Amino acid sequence: MAVGPEPLKARPAGAGRVAAGALALAAIGLLVGGAFAGLAFEALGAWQGALSAFDSYLLRVARFTLWQAALSTLLSVGPALLVARALARHPRFFGRGLILQLFALPLALPAIVAALGVLALYGRAGYFAPLFSALAGERWPGIYGLSGILVAHMFFNLPLAARLFLAALENVPADQWRLSAQLGMGAVSSFRFIEWPVLRNALPGVAGLVFMLCATSFTIVLTLGGGPGATTLEVAIYQALRFDFDPARAIALTLAQVALTGLVVAMLARLGAAMTGDASLPVAPRRALFPGRVERGFNAAVILLSLAFVAGPMAATVAAGLRADLARLAGEGAVIAATATSLVLSALAALLCLLLSLSLVMARRALELRRRAAAPGLLERLSDTGAMMVLIVPPIVIGAGWFILLRHVGDVFAFAPAMVVTVNAVMAMPFAIRAIRPAHDAASARHEKLCLSLGIAGWNRLRLVDWPALRRPAATALAFAMALSLGDLGVIALFGSDRVQTLPFLLLQRMGSYRTADAAGIALFLGVLCLALMFAAGRWGREKP
Amino acid sequence: MRWISASLMGVVWLFAASAAQARETLTIYTYESFTAEWGPGPAVKKTFEEHCRCELKFVAVADGVALLNRLRLEGAETDADIVLGLDTNLIHEAKETGLFAPHGIDPGKVKVPGGFSDDVFVPYDYGYFAFVYDTQALEAPPQSLKALVEADSALKIAIQDPRTSTPGLGLLLWMKAVFGEEAADAWAKLGDKVLTVTPGWSESYGLFTNGEVPMVLSYTTSPAYHRIVEGTERYRAAAFAEGHYLQVEVAAKTVKGADNPLAETFLAFMIGPGFQDVIPETNWMFPAGETSQPLDPVFETLVTPAETLIFPPEVVAENRKAWVEEWLSVLSR
Repeated sequence: MAVGPEPLKARPAGAGRVAAGALALAAIGLLVGGAFAGLAFEALGAWQGALSAFDSYLLRVARFTLWQAALSTLLSVGPALLVARALARHPRFFGRGLILQLFALPLALPAIVAALGVLALYGRAGYFAPLFSALAGERWPGIYGLSGILVAHMFFNLPLAARLFLAALENVPADQWRLSAQLGMGAVSSFRFIEWPVLRNALPGVAGLVFMLCATSFTIVLTLGGGPGATTLEVAIYQALRFDFDPARAIALTLAQVALTGLVVAMLARLGAAMTGDASLPVAPRRALFPGRVERGFNAAVILLSLAFVAGPMAATVAAGLRADLARLAGEGAVIAATATSLVLSALAALLCLLLSLSLVMARRALELRRRAAAPGLLERLSDTGAMMVLIVPPIVIGAGWFILLRHVGDVFAFAPAMVVTVNAVMAMPFAIRAIRPAHDAASARHEKLCLSLGIAGWNRLRLVDWPALRRPAATALAFAMALSLGDLGVIALFGSDRVQTLPFLLLQRMGSYRTADAAGIALFLGVLCLALMFAAGRWGREKP
Repeated sequence: MRWISASLMGVVWLFAASAAQARETLTIYTYESFTAEWGPGPAVKKTFEEHCRCELKFVAVADGVALLNRLRLEGAETDADIVLGLDTNLIHEAKETGLFAPHGIDPGKVKVPGGFSDDVFVPYDYGYFAFVYDTQALEAPPQSLKALVEADSALKIAIQDPRTSTPGLGLLLWMKAVFGEEAADAWAKLGDKVLTVTPGWSESYGLFTNGEVPMVLSYTTSPAYHRIVEGTERYRAAAFAEGHYLQVEVAAKTVKGADNPLAETFLAFMIGPGFQDVIPETNWMFPAGETSQPLDPVFETLVTPAETLIFPPEVVAENRKAWVEEWLSVLSR
């Protein structure tokens, strides 16, 4: 911080915000802790499985998990930096809004749909197979193996990372762009002095998020990996809880996964640099960007390439979906009911997610302001990366643990909808936090002193000062959370409740009983629904308050 | 802690008792594709409710393995009177839970290849694992498992992972039944034909119908679906000379269900025409009991295995871990 706020006598600054954040953290802790407690209770009788979990199989699996996740992260985040920068430099790029909405879509696709989409292009019988066969001089075997895993992970995470980086870049005050234009900075200098500091600040969080998503990948790794040599810890955990039914082993493996991934994420955090906030209010009316001709060409190429990469598998998914009997599907009671269920559950999850994420982001900032130059405390660290760790606890573990706890209380299925909403909300938090934090912290740097001197606090401050700056990232966060919840299946599947039938549930059910065309149709439906939500969120975020 | 759960159980029991007095109910735990709208569930429910003047309640989980796990998690407090949908590979572990009660069904009324009979589990249908191929992509499929193992690496297949999938485990046992001690070598040879190993049946079958592989591990009955529902003869099962591995699906009443007379009534109903008639064209398996009419002629055109291969449940339970590890070490190379 350049300038810290004057301390108040009676109450430390932002006590309310810290309390709200602590509450949000407690909710996450309860969700994860409860699941562990339930499983531990079940494991009491047979804890030996925990010890035998640490064998050479685990070692090999852990090594592969980290290796593929590291490569996937590198390949997703690196290009994403370029894409985000290109998009930031061209606010009026043709179709930019639509591109950004498309970039949020992969999140809403169940993994198997994305895998089939990727294979429709690069598979053994994919659209590109004749070309690749001609180039290689032999029948193209498809991208099974590490390359397949990497391409599919890039399909999911490159657009995600690009959007999150872009959210960070959009917080660069308009004055800085104007200054850069006035000083005649070229692409290189403006990257070095304006964009890179912002990107570097966002890098550890985004890379950490992508790393976690790739480390816990399951269907993609097995289906595209080509054989059991490609196995992640997530698969081992699933195996332990399913065929082996060994809760102790599942707990041990989950802890190993949390520890290993946590270590990597903590190391990534060291890459970042703390940013000095800009405390001055922006006066420039809009961003002054004057990229040169070479840069324009380069940026356009970057944007179009990334668009082709992301849109390709989606186009294949759409093509497959169009072959389904869409009219019949749209009229089916089950599909209509599942659509309603999916929309309600994901809307609730997104709202809860936004609420929890805002509390955490505000609490973290309040704690940062309070400590000034001292090292961040435990609570501050927890409210940042800590909340992300929930992503590396497999849904099957959360589902099974809570099942054990809840069955003592009553009908487990009565809790199923609430469970789905809570778990989805918490799982989407890491995304929402990444989207909200840059804008919030930048706004706070500008307004903190003003608010203190004017005595604006609490609800009024949120409404008048913070919200206008947060509206747009909040819309992004909501859209991400909703997309994620729309496509999620994990928890529902384990709860094994046919009373909560969502669209992904229906999709997999059809796929599991020869009805592949129906499944493709539902996937298309899911994509269109998600795109409509993104569009609505985009409009809502842009609207002037 | 103990008295809390004991008193809670008491409350639950009271509620359950009053509910039972209000209306006779039978609760069946099964898998999702059984209760799906195109599955056997809806018809079975309708016929049985007319037959017993009671209410039949289905609770569905993902599949047979999830079914057993669900029961393990619930223990003696389970709501299930009947558990329907385990297969023979699971019944040894299921018995070890001590949650199932013996039935009083006459074993003579059930016909399953190899003559399966058990005092706790009653079979309701069966099927054989088979490699299904696309006639437009493959003209001459291998005639035996050995021929497949030794086929040229240009032939690609998709199989399922025995760590996560029932058919995947089925293939593992099939290979073991045919090659015995040499199974590891056979897997090593099969390896270059395996395009990919998916976590479940759906993913492999999706790859197969998308044209990624000309051949996929499935069931001998899969072509019947394509012929009867889609009217196409494009997909066929390859008959293997060594015979095919059998999967028998079973049901049993729980210890709780032993107190509910409807449970025994249901098991008797299950092996009769009211239940068996719907099995072939909803569950796409062969009926284990008597049907009122002969099956659709399409079923006669399906592969009839030269030999039925199956390991006793105890052998599977004893060796599963070791065999899966052997498979892993060979295919991970």
